[in-house]
Order: sequence, then structure tokens, then C-alpha cells
Amino acid sequence: MIWKLLIFILMTAVIVLSFTTPAPQQAIGEASRIMYYHVPMAWISVLAFAMSMVYSIQYLRGRQLSYDERALDAARLGFVFCVLAAISGSVFARVAWGSFWNWDPRETSIFVLLLIYGAYFALRGAVEEEDRRAALTAVYSIFAFLTVPFLVFVMPRIMPSLHPADSVVDATISITMGPTVGLILLASLVLFTSLFLWVFYIAVRIRRLQRSDLKKED
Amino acid sequence: MPTSNAGLISKAAAVYAKDFRLELRSRYSLNAILMFAVTTLAVVSFSLGQSGLSPKLLSALFWIVLFFSAMSGLAHVFIREEETGTALILRLKADPDAVYLGKLLINFSLLSVMTVVITPIFFIFTDAGGQYVLPFVPILILGVVGLCSATTLVAAIIARASMKTALFAALSFPILMPLLLALVSASEKALGGQGLSACWSELQALVAYAVVMITGSLMLFKFVWQE
Repeated sequence: MIWKLLIFILMTAVIVLSFTTPAPQQAIGEASRIMYYHVPMAWISVLAFAMSMVYSIQYLRGRQLSYDERALDAARLGFVFCVLAAISGSVFARVAWGSFWNWDPRETSIFVLLLIYGAYFALRGAVEEEDRRAALTAVYSIFAFLTVPFLVFVMPRIMPSLHPADSVVDATISITMGPTVGLILLASLVLFTSLFLWVFYIAVRIRRLQRSDLKKED
Repeated sequence: MPTSNAGLISKAAAVYAKDFRLELRSRYSLNAILMFAVTTLAVVSFSLGQSGLSPKLLSALFWIVLFFSAMSGLAHVFIREEETGTALILRLKADPDAVYLGKLLINFSLLSVMTVVITPIFFIFTDAGGQYVLPFVPILILGVVGLCSATTLVAAIIARASMKTALFAALSFPILMPLLLALVSASEKALGGQGLSACWSELQALVAYAVVMITGSLMLFKFVWQE
């Protein structure tokens, strides 16, 4: 209970601060505030996919359907965040770089992630039997995740990138931005991740309740 | 389940030989791939004409043709097994790793034959410049290896689902994206006359991709293959 309260208070603080502190990048102006929301969304879509992959691995080892359900729940939530990341990124691209979509490597990777989520759901819809569906989608989820390192690390080195973080090595995140900006960004990242995990936890509890309901009916 | 003492390579070779013989009899997949590739290439070339296409455009066109031809033909190796009912016996008798390697090799052969046929036609239709063929070849080989390494496992997955062909393209495309990006970028440089040394980072990415995909597929295949 205390955690939920803490998340609520800190989240409110971060949202207020994101609008009241000076804009992160003066050159672009107010629109650069999108960064406080876009970066966490993008990070969570990858995190959710990684979680889905881990649950898929656990399913393949133990063959317990509860792991498959968790993989699906993580994927569903991740999809929402992925769509939000793509939309927020697109809006920012319009303001900062002129057009809604440029096929910059990071834009491409978020698009590919969207497609992977879509393909995952399409595959789930195409198989009837529970066990086979769980196994096939688990394999696809793991296999698709193998391409993520390529998209995140290899592509920006091959193709010229528009994203600011790619022109500077990620470790210098506190150097390229002022300390306040870095702090708010970090806080936003942590809080949105907590929000995601909270919703995921609720989904797990719902599944557990559904399963105990089924058992009572027997 | 009787398992013979034959090594992995000879078992894979047996799977490959069976598919090769089947393919030779009906030439079903080969015809599908070739006709698709030639038709797409003809339509594209006809619509664009000879008006001095830039290396970027040429490179994109070539890999679009190759990608869609692969989508039309590479799933057959597994779909045919399911449809003719031989999948069950194969599942009982054969080692999953051997089955995967055999299927990978047959897909590789199919794609290679198609590429060998299509590339000269491409250079003739688009007048891309014969002097660029030599630097283009290593990119081609890596591209073909990459394509079949990623798609063989996906083909195995969709063979056991419904709506197979549509699903195959939908599932393969996101996984093939990094490969296609690197290929188009490298081909653009090769066809533009910059030579292989300019594509070094792309070539490294292509090799890494093929290695990662084949390793991943080998490890995951048995979960798809076995009930």
C-alpha cells in the first residue's frame, strides 16, 4: 500500500516538474519535454518484451501454462507502451526534425518492435490448442528477441542517426544534459517502470483469481 | 524411439537428400520462387524503365524482389511435410537438429538457385553495371545465408498454425529487418562503385546476424518440432 502511495506522489511530482523546469533542449524549446515521457515508454516496451521472453523460456523449461499467461500479459502491456513510444517519438520528430517519420535507426527499431508484438498476437490467434500455442509463441518470442541487440546496438553504428543519444556514447548522459534534466528523466524512467510492474502484478493476480475460480467450479 | 548411431551430418544429409529428390520430381517450390522473382523483377523494371536508376533504388528493388520471392517459396519445406502427412513419421524417427540442418540446407539451395538465375537477369534489365557484380557477390551470399537462417525456424512455426502463408510473411519480416537494412545499405555502396571495403561494418553485421540466427534456431527448433 505504501508503495502505491509513494508512486502516486512521486509521479505527480515528476509530471509537475517536467512542465515547470526549464526545457531540456533550448534549441527545440518546449517540445523537448516529450523526452521525459518518450524515453520511459521506449525503455518499457523493450523491458516488457524481455520479460515476455524470460517467461517464454521458463515455459519451455517447465511447461506450466501460468508462465505462458504471464508472457502474454507482459506482451499486451508492452504493446501499449510501444504504441505510445512510437506516437510520442513521431510527434517529437515532427517538431524537432521536420517530418513525422524518417526511418532513423531508433525509429526503425521501435517500428520493428511494434511489428514483432503484432506478429506475436497474430501467431497466438492462429493456433487453437493451448499447449501448442504456448510452445510456438514462446519460441517466436525468444527468436524475435535475438534481433533486438542488432537493432539497438548494431544499426545505429551502421546508419546515420538523428537521435541525440546516438551521437554521444550513452555513458555521458549526465554530461550532455544538465543535472536537473538528468534527474527528472531518471525519476520518470523509474516511476513509469514501477507503474508498468504494478499493472503487470495486477494482471498476474487476476489470472490467479481466475484459476482459483475454475478450481472451485470443479 | 530408435536412434541410429549415424552422426548429425549424415542424418542431416539424409533429410536434405529426401527433400532434394522430392523437389527434383515436382519442382514445386523452385517453380514458385523462380516465377515469382522473374515476374516481380519484370514488373518493376518495366514500370521504371531504363532512366538511369540510382544505386539506392537498384539496391532496394533487388532486395524487395528477393525478400518477397523468399516469402513465397521458403515455407514449403515444412508445409509440405504437414500436408502430405509425413511430418509425424519424421518427428518419430529423426533427430530434431538433423531435421533443422537438412531443411536449412534445402532452403539455402532453393534460394541460391533463384539468386543465380535472378542476378544476371537483374543486371540485364536494369543495366546496373557489370563491373559491380564482383563486389556484389559476397553481399549476395551473406544475404542468402541470412535469409534462410532466419526463415527456416519461422517456417517450422507456421507449418503448425493456420493461415500459414500470410502468417509466414508477418512473422518473418520483423526478424529480417536488421538483415534487410544491412543488405540494402551494403548493396547501395557496392552498386554505386564504392567497393567492398566501404561496406565493412555491414558485412560484419551480416555475418553476426547469420551466426546468431542459426545458433538460436538450432537451440529452439526442438521445441517447435516436438509435440
